[in-house]
Amino acid sequence: MNVPLPVFVVLPLIAAFLLPLLGKKYKTAATVLANVVTILLLLLAIGSIGQSRVYEVGKWPIPLGINMVLDGLSALLLLAIGVVSTAAMLFSVRYMEQYTAKAKFLCLFLLMVAGMNGVVLSGDIFNLFVFLEIASIASYALVGFGCEHEELEASFKYMVLGSIASMFVLFAVALVYGNTGTLNMAYISEAIEVSGLNIGLGFALALFIAGFSLKAALVPFHAWLPDAHPSAPAPISAMLSGVLIKALGVYALCRIVFNMFGVSIQLGWLLVTLGILSMIVGAFLAIGQWDFKRLLAYSSISQIGYVVLGIGLGAVILAGDGEVATASLAILGGLFHLLNHAVYKSLLFLTSGSVQMSTGTREMREMGGLADKMPVTRTTCTIASASIAGVPPFSGFWSKLILVIAAVQAGFYWIAAVIVFVSLCTLIMYLKVQRYVFLGELGENLGEVKENKGSMQIAMVSLACLCVLMGLLLFVPGLRENILEPAVKVLTDGLEYSSIVMK
Amino acid sequence: MLYALCFLLFMTGLYCAVVKKNMVKIVIGILVMEYAVNLFLIMLGYRTNGIAPIVGRSDLEAGEISELFISSTVDPLPQALVLTAIVISLGSLALMISICIRTYEKYGTFDITQIRRLKG
Repeated sequence: MNVPLPVFVVLPLIAAFLLPLLGKKYKTAATVLANVVTILLLLLAIGSIGQSRVYEVGKWPIPLGINMVLDGLSALLLLAIGVVSTAAMLFSVRYMEQYTAKAKFLCLFLLMVAGMNGVVLSGDIFNLFVFLEIASIASYALVGFGCEHEELEASFKYMVLGSIASMFVLFAVALVYGNTGTLNMAYISEAIEVSGLNIGLGFALALFIAGFSLKAALVPFHAWLPDAHPSAPAPISAMLSGVLIKALGVYALCRIVFNMFGVSIQLGWLLVTLGILSMIVGAFLAIGQWDFKRLLAYSSISQIGYVVLGIGLGAVILAGDGEVATASLAILGGLFHLLNHAVYKSLLFLTSGSVQMSTGTREMREMGGLADKMPVTRTTCTIASASIAGVPPFSGFWSKLILVIAAVQAGFYWIAAVIVFVSLCTLIMYLKVQRYVFLGELGENLGEVKENKGSMQIAMVSLACLCVLMGLLLFVPGLRENILEPAVKVLTDGLEYSSIVMK
Repeated sequence: MLYALCFLLFMTGLYCAVVKKNMVKIVIGILVMEYAVNLFLIMLGYRTNGIAPIVGRSDLEAGEISELFISSTVDPLPQALVLTAIVISLGSLALMISICIRTYEKYGTFDITQIRRLKG
């Protein structure tokens, strides 16, 4: 399928404008429309795998106009966004009946999807900022969607930190424009390659890293995430943890570091340090939590650490003239973990939403013994927990294994040890979830609890199937070469990016 | 010199957003940051005694753009960027203020040290 690239942005935008018009009267029509749009986007994302294209918006030739670029990395992120948004949208068909103003929710949801698709496709640095803001503003509003005490507080906190991050990014964009005289990423990377890093560009790079790390919630920039993610409605928590922090944070960081500025050893170590800090701090804080969704949110910080660690390790090896094969392996581990995390963390948030809808609480001490009452939720949650903790047949195991192998091959044995240790902590926290939520004696007031039926079950079961099958991405030859390898190649080739765009 | 003042304005906004305890003042701090960045963008394209970047009739008739035009126009691109940035900041300002109002309705205060139910 060779659709023009702006369709990925325009389709959800048009639907988002139509939905509030349908309003309360035609609520079913609005729900169906929103679901059709997300499913279409998923199909388009699957169709765009393995392609590499440049689209010039309005037929303006490249340095003058805005361009959109589809390459391996973009296609991987588009796929993740498509899968998670389809599942979350399906889940919210039933889940969002608890709230009023469903049409507005669907509208904001699609705006967020449009913003994220725009971020991963944009080849223009200012355009990337604009899409980043569209996705961020929609997500601020969605976090505060319940309009209760905690939700408003979390939303304000998220919004202040998010706005500061956006301002950092805009300031950096201005500095880059002042120093290179262009906004096109390919031309910027060429100009930087010629001129080298001067003070202005160095400052811009620092601002970019601070801004995108805030969006990705890497420790020490993580303060907003544990408040914002649990406060949002469950499908939105799944979107935020599943793809938003990756598309806005990790993807943008990779693009800037690898394809625009070029890797250096110091930058690589900075990413590795951020990654390891996030892994350890996130895991330790998660173990102590008693709020179901808050535990999941801290675990997201820890898992994002794995992704950044893998990518940073690749940068260190690349810049240090190590074996390209080892660097590719590290980056492959990071990106595969990104895809895996998108699937199982969104599944975990959906199951937490299902539990919350049935029991009316997120406090794990008040739960217990739900295994018999909610068999589907229990089974899917166990699969996702096993996957995130790295139990062998499930997806999380393979990506962690690749990271460990890459670290050992590169000679960083202590990094391999840290990966295994944090994996153990993850296992502990998810055993805690299983023990207090699903096993043990039935909690008080939980006698009447019923399993959630319909669309919620379909969403959870399909994500659980993906969790089991994701390992195939590595072993079925066609899938690996088409989905993962091109994305890795985009990063290992680094500054080659500009020649692909300008050809 | 002007750039340094602009950076000072940015830091003032950042300081205000980080240190102040009143929600509305935090919002004002963020806005000051936005204005500082907008000002910076405008200054990037500014030229003393510059002319408006509009191609005149004489240039069109000559079929090519004169040297004088190229050497004396201001850069129009940052102005377009600033327009976009202003629209975006308007959207986020509206949302921020409405969240402030809803929070005031719930808690009866703008003081963030008293609005802290979330911990951990």
